[in-house]
Amino acid sequence: MPPMAGVWPRRTCPSWSWPAKPMDGFLDALLLDAGYNARLVAIGAGLLGLSAGAAGTFLFLRKRALVSDAVAHSTLPGIALAFIAMVALGGDGRWLPGLLIGSALSAWAGLLAVQAMTRRTRLSEDAAIGAVLSVFFGLGVVLLTVIQTMSAGRQAGLESFLLGSTAGMLYADAVTIAVGGALSVLAIWILRRPMTLVTFDAEYAAARGVNVPRVDLMIMGLVMAITVIGLKIVGLILIVAMLIIPPVTARFWTDRSGRVIWIAALVGGVSAYTGAALSAAAPALPTGPIIVLISAFLFALSLFFAPARGVAAALIARRRFQRRVHRRQGLLALARDEIIHDGLTLRVLQDEGLIRPDGVATEAGRAQAAKVARDEHRWAVAREVHQDSGLTGRYDGLTPIEEVFTPDEIEEFDRRIGGPVGVA
Amino acid sequence: MRKSTGQATLALAAEAGRTKLPDPVPGDCPMAIRGLTVSYGEKPAVFSVDARFAPGAMTAIIGPNGAGKSTLLKAALGVIPRVSGEVRVFGQPVEQARDRIAYVPQRASVDWDFPATVMDVVLMGLYRQVGLLRRLTGAHRAAARACLDRVGMADFAARQIGQLSGGQQQRVFLARALAQEADLYLLDEPFAGVDAATERAIIDVIKTLREEGKSVIAVHHDLTTVRRYFDHVFLINVRKVAEGPVDEAFTEAALNAAYGGSLAAPYLSQLELAG
Repeated sequence: MPPMAGVWPRRTCPSWSWPAKPMDGFLDALLLDAGYNARLVAIGAGLLGLSAGAAGTFLFLRKRALVSDAVAHSTLPGIALAFIAMVALGGDGRWLPGLLIGSALSAWAGLLAVQAMTRRTRLSEDAAIGAVLSVFFGLGVVLLTVIQTMSAGRQAGLESFLLGSTAGMLYADAVTIAVGGALSVLAIWILRRPMTLVTFDAEYAAARGVNVPRVDLMIMGLVMAITVIGLKIVGLILIVAMLIIPPVTARFWTDRSGRVIWIAALVGGVSAYTGAALSAAAPALPTGPIIVLISAFLFALSLFFAPARGVAAALIARRRFQRRVHRRQGLLALARDEIIHDGLTLRVLQDEGLIRPDGVATEAGRAQAAKVARDEHRWAVAREVHQDSGLTGRYDGLTPIEEVFTPDEIEEFDRRIGGPVGVA
Repeated sequence: MRKSTGQATLALAAEAGRTKLPDPVPGDCPMAIRGLTVSYGEKPAVFSVDARFAPGAMTAIIGPNGAGKSTLLKAALGVIPRVSGEVRVFGQPVEQARDRIAYVPQRASVDWDFPATVMDVVLMGLYRQVGLLRRLTGAHRAAARACLDRVGMADFAARQIGQLSGGQQQRVFLARALAQEADLYLLDEPFAGVDAATERAIIDVIKTLREEGKSVIAVHHDLTTVRRYFDHVFLINVRKVAEGPVDEAFTEAALNAAYGGSLAAPYLSQLELAG
């Protein structure tokens, strides 16, 4: 898709040509210093990203992420038909609110088509999404071709709706986007409880009198609104990324749905704001893809480095666990006077000063091994005494016996074992 | 003269498909169902079932797999659509009695990786009370914590729900229902796949509820505990088989009718059946 700079009237934003130093232009735009319109676009995009991240959270939690892709692609025929209709009525055809209304109507039709196919036929939702997405998009492309043949159509620039462009954006466009984004955030805040209830436990929600289909429709309505508002900036092909990447990024950082919403909003807002600023500084860069790449970068960072759920944390936890297992097995081997062959076991024991480099147990190693051996005896007795699988089921080799039984109980096991006492 | 009137009434009931409750249901009856039919496709899962649950009782809904036990509960609550039938809760349509009903769904019906803590889930029981805009206050949290305490889960309030064992998850669901302070508790397989400690904790809570005069209806699969845990039974296999106090309705004949004679005699002899 060639950049569409110059297609929209430029008279309102004379500062938007290639800056001599693109980096300076980016910093200016980032700091809201690149002119009134660039500022508006960046703020508008930020608000859009914010609301897309928050609304996308519910879509993601409801496991219906791809429905938004069908909705987004369904906007295209609506845009084209709205343009044709406005030209036929003697208008400009490029009037943004008109195009957005058209896109909303056909997005709604696409959404209803997906729902009807899922409910009334045996088709699964993914099949319905695939069918609706491709048919609506195909129809839209055909209509765009028809528009190219119209005299008013050559300069329509409707292609910018595919991948988004902030170049040549009008003041009114930016205001529309900013107001729409702000309203969406407000709606999400008001509806957060019923939406949380339905996404977590739809049956319980229904039993409490929540109208589940209506809440689902509200979630999709929000998604549709954000898609339509975001068409100009991100474009219909990539808007799904703005709805989905922020919540999956946020999920790495928290285990609470309320925080997922706000972290997702933050990720979406920052990505969209930065992306819009970058593309304002260098209008040859398509806005939508830049925003998506920035949020994907944040996603990758979270994927690797988030505590608890990140890949790095999982690797560290796995290694730590592996060392615990090898330590325990090594001590059991020491207790039984067996020769240890496993390299990692030897390393772990040596690191902790439990064996000498030649493999012979140290003082500490012998003491620990004796404790391990005693605990094995205690477990054996415990499994004879207690028939409760809730307790003895925790004999997994690693759980310390002190976590399962009280000191009194352990004392009782020791009494049954007999022999030397006082090994702690 | 009288006889013919009786016959006419019968005929009318048959014509109406018995989908209407003929007379006002007394306000103390926790749940009355008339002519309830639920169908997946064209195969009825529950067909024309009547039920009148006893107030202040613990009723077990029992029947074989696929007999429509859970379906009956869900349809009565309007969670799934019904083809026909009428339901009254404390004499009112379900919609008007929502605040008096607490439902505990099957544990397996939700994704436990959902980002929520134990406290978050219990607070969901208060959403209807709190409404859309008001903030959750310390009082709400204290109430939720008290409910967690009742099921022995207060120490887990800050835990992510995915880290809980199956039994602990079930107890959290029960705590969420308790938070509603309802009068009728509907539990779907509360003892399925839980550990012994959880089973004890749940049955203790349920018995306390009954002492407080609440009514409990539970879908139950373990026939060996029916007599110990419940005082009423409702046997179903697509159609109603029997209902009433355990001493009257929990009979070998009823079980054979519900289970199609598939229960072995030595097993039946352990159940302390009535009659």
